[in-house]
Amino acid sequence: MILLDRVSKIYNRKSTAIERINLHIEPKEFVIVVGQSGAGKTTLLRLLTREEKPTSGKIVVGGIDYDKLKDKDIPLLRRKIGVVFQDFKLLPNRTVFENIAFALEIVGASTKEINSTVPRVLEIVNLKNKSDNMPYELSGGERQRVAIARAIVRQPKILIADEPTGNLDPKYAWDVIKVLEKINRFGTTVLLTTHNQEIVNKLKRRVVTIENGKIISDRSNASYRL
Amino acid sequence: MKRAWTTFYRVLKAGFVNFFRNLSLALPAISVMTVTLFTSLFLYIANATFSNTINQINNKISITVYLTDAITQPQLKDFQKQVKELANVKTVEYVSKDEALAIYKSENAGNQNLLQAVDETSNPLPASLNVTPYDINKIQDIKNFLNKKQFIKLQDPQLGTSYSGDRKQAIDRIAKATTVMREAGIGGIAIFALVSALIIFNTLKMAIFNRKDEITIMRLLGAKPWFIRGPFVVEAAMYGFISAIVSIGVIKVMFTIFSSSLQASSLGLLDIGYATKFFNDHFWILLLAQLVVGLMLGILFSIVATARYLKLRTSK
Repeated sequence: MILLDRVSKIYNRKSTAIERINLHIEPKEFVIVVGQSGAGKTTLLRLLTREEKPTSGKIVVGGIDYDKLKDKDIPLLRRKIGVVFQDFKLLPNRTVFENIAFALEIVGASTKEINSTVPRVLEIVNLKNKSDNMPYELSGGERQRVAIARAIVRQPKILIADEPTGNLDPKYAWDVIKVLEKINRFGTTVLLTTHNQEIVNKLKRRVVTIENGKIISDRSNASYRL
Repeated sequence: MKRAWTTFYRVLKAGFVNFFRNLSLALPAISVMTVTLFTSLFLYIANATFSNTINQINNKISITVYLTDAITQPQLKDFQKQVKELANVKTVEYVSKDEALAIYKSENAGNQNLLQAVDETSNPLPASLNVTPYDINKIQDIKNFLNKKQFIKLQDPQLGTSYSGDRKQAIDRIAKATTVMREAGIGGIAIFALVSALIIFNTLKMAIFNRKDEITIMRLLGAKPWFIRGPFVVEAAMYGFISAIVSIGVIKVMFTIFSSSLQASSLGLLDIGYATKFFNDHFWILLLAQLVVGLMLGILFSIVATARYLKLRTSK
């Protein structure tokens, strides 16, 4: 599903974000990437969403070879990957419903389809009664669940979550993680970055540890260890 | 096809909804556009009015060609015809000796001495041709024509034409001054238009800058550039539309209700009566022009201003 082959990202001579990373993620896997701030976690995800180009190496996601991807096709790639950001990135002037509907409008879904899909997804993230609220009326946890709803509404094969619990209280953080697990059970590959030890230990999933831009360990059923 | 319409409808709807949800950003932009569109329209009307005043002055300027008493009817007809055929000549009016005397008498009705003096002799006033030019800057061309040998002998040897000496100087000065004023008016409007365009562009740029995060989010979700840009363009077009209507509305109110106080406050520099008439006569075309300018500025500038946030190129 996701393949990184000797991928490096060098910003300048003094700053290497990622160095010769090899990573292979199977479909339906739930993988947690851990590492301290500045270790290269976010750069790794930005490479996958094509916000950045690698300096060298090969990236293939969902059968798309990034070397052959043209700039104008980047929107099409991004439609295939669901992304959840630490800072939610909700559209501030749109309601919860409209934020989620936007993801479907982009791909030209019909109004009928939108009206039936969005409430279903809101149910998955337990926000059915917040449909008409504006983002500023929601708590952090609720906003993050809206972001997740938006990321999964197009039923992507891959969901990338960049520190989705980073800005949340522990209570809300677990709500978000539970939703991610639920989505994974439905068959979506989940790639989660975090440095929340408790979450990693409880999840007992495959854990990839990055330090100074390199993968220093890759273990399944693992706990947090730096 | 249906999908294209759905997308178009969604872009349009998002533009309208965003407009109302972002009123706090819209109001400053609309205010700036209204003020500049108002000032441009007012300057345009002022310039048209001023032009009209200049034309009125110019229309009063003519050259009088004094004719010799010895001129025969056929010579007069031929001369008149040839002058009329000159490109810069608008009208040629013949004033006979008798008419000249009648005019002289009516102009000096209060001065018995002068009236007596002309009555005592046979009519001393010459007949004349009153030539009105189209362009007072090119009177010299007419004068050169009149100075041709065959025409000189038809003219009164002492008086010749009125375009000479002090009078020539005065006419030339008026001609030069009116040309400068006209050019200054056009130049002023052009500079103002350029400055206003820059101000409007910057205002829209700021409004869009404030929402650049929104654009980034949409890009990350995989929206195509025009799907992101569309609503911004619709919003900016609405700014332009509203500004155009408000600015022309304010001018309409100004000319309708405050016409007399405007006349008083303009110190007679501007013929408000003519300005009002000009505005009312051209109301629909001015409205159309304002709308076109407002919409075009909104659309073009928002396209340019969103461009930098829409670049899909990834960093290498």
